[in-house]
Amino acid sequence: MAAKELYAKAHRKIKDIKGPLVFLEPIADVKFGERVVIVDSNGREKGGQVLDVGEKAIVVQVFEGSDGLDRKGTSVFFTGDIVKIGLSEDMLGRVFDGSGAPRDGLGEVYPEVERPIGGSPLNPVCRQQPKEWIETGVTSIDMLFTLIKGQKLPIWGGAGLPLNAVTMQIAKQVIRQSGEELVVIFAGMGITSREYNYFYKEFQDSGALASSVLFLNLADDATIERILTPRLALTTAEYFAYDKGRDVLVILTDMLNYANALREISSAREEIPGRRGYPGYLYTDLSTIYERAGIIKGQKGSVTQVPICTMPNDDITHPVIDLTGYITEGQILLSRSLDRAGFFPPIDVLPSLSRLMNLGIGREKTREDHRQIADQLYAFYAQGKELEKLTAIIGSEGLGNVEKKIVEFTQRFEDEFLGQGDQSRTIEESLGLSWDLVKDIPRSELRRLEDKHIEKYMPKRAGAAK
Amino acid sequence: MIQGVITRISGPVVQAKDIEGIKIRDLVVVGDLGLLGEVIEVKGNEVSIQVYEETDGLTVGQPVKSGGMPFLVELGPGLLGTTYDGIQRPLEVIRDQTGNFIQRGATASPLVREKKWGFNATAKKGDSVSFGDIIGWVQESPTIKHYIMVPQGVSGKIAKINSGDYTIDQPVGSLEDDTELKMSQKWPIRRPRPSKRKIPTNIPLVSGQRIFDVFFPLPKGGNAIIPGPFGSGKTVMQQSLAKWSDADVVVYVGCGERGNEMTEVLTEFPHLEDPRTGAPLMNRTVLVANTSNMPVAARETSIYTGITLAEYYRDMGYDVAMMADSTSRWAEALREISGRLEEMPGEEGYPPYLASRIAEFYERSGRVICLGGKIPGSDKSENERIGSVTVIGAVSPPGGDFSEPVTQNSLRIAGAFWGLDARLAYSRHFPAINWLTSYSLYLDTLKDWYNAELTEEFMQMRTELMEILQREDELNKIVQLVGKDSLSDPDKLLLDIARTVRDDFLRQSAFHEIEAYCPPKKSYYMMKAILLFYKNCQSRLGKIPYDQILTQPGWEKISSMRYFPNDKFEAPCQELLKEMAAGGELAAVAA
Ligand SMILES: Nc1ncnc2c1ncn2[C@@H]1O[C@H](COP(=O)(O)OP(=O)(O)OP(=O)(O)O)[C@@H](O)[C@H]1O
Ligand SMILES: [Mg+2]
Repeated sequence: MAAKELYAKAHRKIKDIKGPLVFLEPIADVKFGERVVIVDSNGREKGGQVLDVGEKAIVVQVFEGSDGLDRKGTSVFFTGDIVKIGLSEDMLGRVFDGSGAPRDGLGEVYPEVERPIGGSPLNPVCRQQPKEWIETGVTSIDMLFTLIKGQKLPIWGGAGLPLNAVTMQIAKQVIRQSGEELVVIFAGMGITSREYNYFYKEFQDSGALASSVLFLNLADDATIERILTPRLALTTAEYFAYDKGRDVLVILTDMLNYANALREISSAREEIPGRRGYPGYLYTDLSTIYERAGIIKGQKGSVTQVPICTMPNDDITHPVIDLTGYITEGQILLSRSLDRAGFFPPIDVLPSLSRLMNLGIGREKTREDHRQIADQLYAFYAQGKELEKLTAIIGSEGLGNVEKKIVEFTQRFEDEFLGQGDQSRTIEESLGLSWDLVKDIPRSELRRLEDKHIEKYMPKRAGAAK
Repeated sequence: MIQGVITRISGPVVQAKDIEGIKIRDLVVVGDLGLLGEVIEVKGNEVSIQVYEETDGLTVGQPVKSGGMPFLVELGPGLLGTTYDGIQRPLEVIRDQTGNFIQRGATASPLVREKKWGFNATAKKGDSVSFGDIIGWVQESPTIKHYIMVPQGVSGKIAKINSGDYTIDQPVGSLEDDTELKMSQKWPIRRPRPSKRKIPTNIPLVSGQRIFDVFFPLPKGGNAIIPGPFGSGKTVMQQSLAKWSDADVVVYVGCGERGNEMTEVLTEFPHLEDPRTGAPLMNRTVLVANTSNMPVAARETSIYTGITLAEYYRDMGYDVAMMADSTSRWAEALREISGRLEEMPGEEGYPPYLASRIAEFYERSGRVICLGGKIPGSDKSENERIGSVTVIGAVSPPGGDFSEPVTQNSLRIAGAFWGLDARLAYSRHFPAINWLTSYSLYLDTLKDWYNAELTEEFMQMRTELMEILQREDELNKIVQLVGKDSLSDPDKLLLDIARTVRDDFLRQSAFHEIEAYCPPKKSYYMMKAILLFYKNCQSRLGKIPYDQILTQPGWEKISSMRYFPNDKFEAPCQELLKEMAAGGELAAVAA
């Protein structure tokens, strides 16, 4: 919207500027949460939003940052409206910036509807319980933490780990499987242009670009804009899912940059900081993003979220990671040691989890033995990792026969099960491999497996007939 | 109606001035949008209000109105089976009003006003009644008789009372002073509902979860906390308790957690059977759902709404279990609101009154002699009208670190501590409750019940299993240093048996059709089998090489006891025990 239109409306000069915030004299009828347009002395426009209104002052956060603003020449215009995005099917194939303006030089999109970007909470009684699994072709994911349509499943890893490559490996398979139905919404927050080019090319190569919408805030773009980017993306996602009945996959990267932008505003407001300086409401704020995944009863579309978050210092207790884990329906972690050892995808299976998995696996979905064989693999792998530690101290002579078998299992598990490279496996292949890995372990150790499954699925053991 | 104007809006906290006679905790209607809120601070002419809905669009100068009353929940038939938000708005009705997404300013009556209930009068004309007395009942669900109680402040002689079909707004009778008697009443959520007195909690809340029923039991009227890092199983345990515990009524509060988890309860409970009554579980359940993306101030309230509903059914003489998932989100809501008030923060930014709020909340649990006369039709006396509220609170410590304020303050109060362990969860040992650090302070008071219902052997066996696990922990430390080979045979055996205890007894899948619920008697047989097997092995020690010790009758079957059908496990259990005993004798003979 041009500032001209707004000149008729109330405006104010700036009193103070502090970080991304500007403070104004009070003015009547300013709404909490209202969108403002800030015009600097050179006529440049910036967007902003009212964060606090009182009789003494008004606080506005400036999305593009307060650089270049001054007290004399800058005016702040109140639009009387909250922050909205115009939506239309013509957005497919387009690239927008972090505040929703076209970035690809192809001109404005004529909106079919406008929606507030904050969204509203989905009434819990209207949610449809997700239950369809998505075959990613990655054995560890499909077998151990199955992705479910409508789920929010983040990917975490320390700096330098192939977060993007793993994400794309999953995304490509989803794209292939869903075909026409799928819309991919990509929100990049503070990512480098190298990263962006990688995603762009991958979308292009996989043929998904034409059915994608990209929102992009690069590393050198205004940081505060990152507060908007995921919300624009999710409002767009909800439009395609619930207005147009499409299955939508949303990739949000990097949520760490998002949280850091939030921290910046909080500290400018002099709020009492929580852990590592993040505001105490980080949990609530993140949930207003992640909880926008889901399916609505009686409607066709779905929103599946794969948020990516860098894990600073490989620390799973970092507040952004920790609070994400408390909201999302599981997590996929990458492991530095597997990555160093050359495994791809280097997924750290023990702390990874899909909480919705049980809804989407089993008889008539994947296979009846899925849950139990997955639990068995977990149990052995966990035990195997402990034994490896022990062997490092006391040597492998100290191990019993069964324990040696479990150590062998652990090696095969990493080599064959985890280290699948970029080839994709069907669920039958993954299940087959899983049983093959445990076939040499004595029955009395197979405590997670029921007889009926063993009889049916256990490959014949070398030598000994059952 | 008193009125003032908004002076400041900062997220969920709004300030207003000039409201003559406003009191702390009064309910207010804020702005032109008519948002509900509650006064949380009065400073001179200014008040601070926590608003239960998003405050976008409010402006300075808009009106704030109040009827001078605190926030009240409505209590009466029709609560069971309903899903409410944190301020008792029925979410199904809200859906019909505002669609799939919750819009602001929606209002809806907590109870269905039009529905006619069959009221059965039990009090008669001329009876003197007062607060808590039962005047009749309504069959609220196939299994729950909803007793209609005289509200606080009402007493006198009944002039008129008639059975018949009434809505909750129609009087079922009246007192001599013309006070109308109705089937619904209101209660301020922050005030505990009174009872005659608290009594000892000496009956367990049987949960069908072996780790609780055997190791860390919780009595009806007790309280427990389940702290644990994300993904360790708090919600699954809370839901298991809501499904299988032998409470009459369950109040499940989803406080600042996931929408899909509420959906899960709503989807599954109508199809699951109460193991005791065979009726759908939803018939005994009230849900309070204020998910993480719903307004923060209403999240703070949801806990109180939940416990007030629980107390109300307790007052009828029922055993009520309340789950709060997660109390940390409630504490965080307190912190957020306190921050907006610019109060002086205590530990980790939480307000200094965090500890007392937590304590006050858990204090509302308990087993009580209810106010009022006896339950009509019951052969129990007035002082045997006993009800209970059991509270089970999940705690979500940042980074899984239990030294943080919410866990620590809850620990000081809770009678049972069920600590979840990320390491166990990573290896998919569920429930991931750490058996070494968890505890129940109720063992002593519950002993008599266990001895009477399950024989004295039960608690003895529990002690033996616990000793095995503790010894395992000590031995493991040695193994870490020198390896298993250097252990003596009895110690090796102990490690093998400990693994059986962990794997075949403590582990219990919440998702397996049969395993999800384990009758205590079945736990009894499982313990017995493991200990008998242990004894048999011990008697063979030193007589045969160690690697043959475990290969004797029963070994492979212990792990399948969990799958013995719950309605006929006695026969196969006894058969297995017989087989083991015979094996033991054989071994003795052979040796
Ligand atoms: N008793 C159990 N049996 C089988 N699986 C379980 C059990 N408990 C937990 N799990 C598994 O662990 C997962 C996580 O459990 P849950 O959602 O209860 O964690 P939580 O502690 O509530 O986490 P958060 O704090 O993030 O809400 C479940 O989805 C399930 O896969
Ligand atoms: Mg949970």
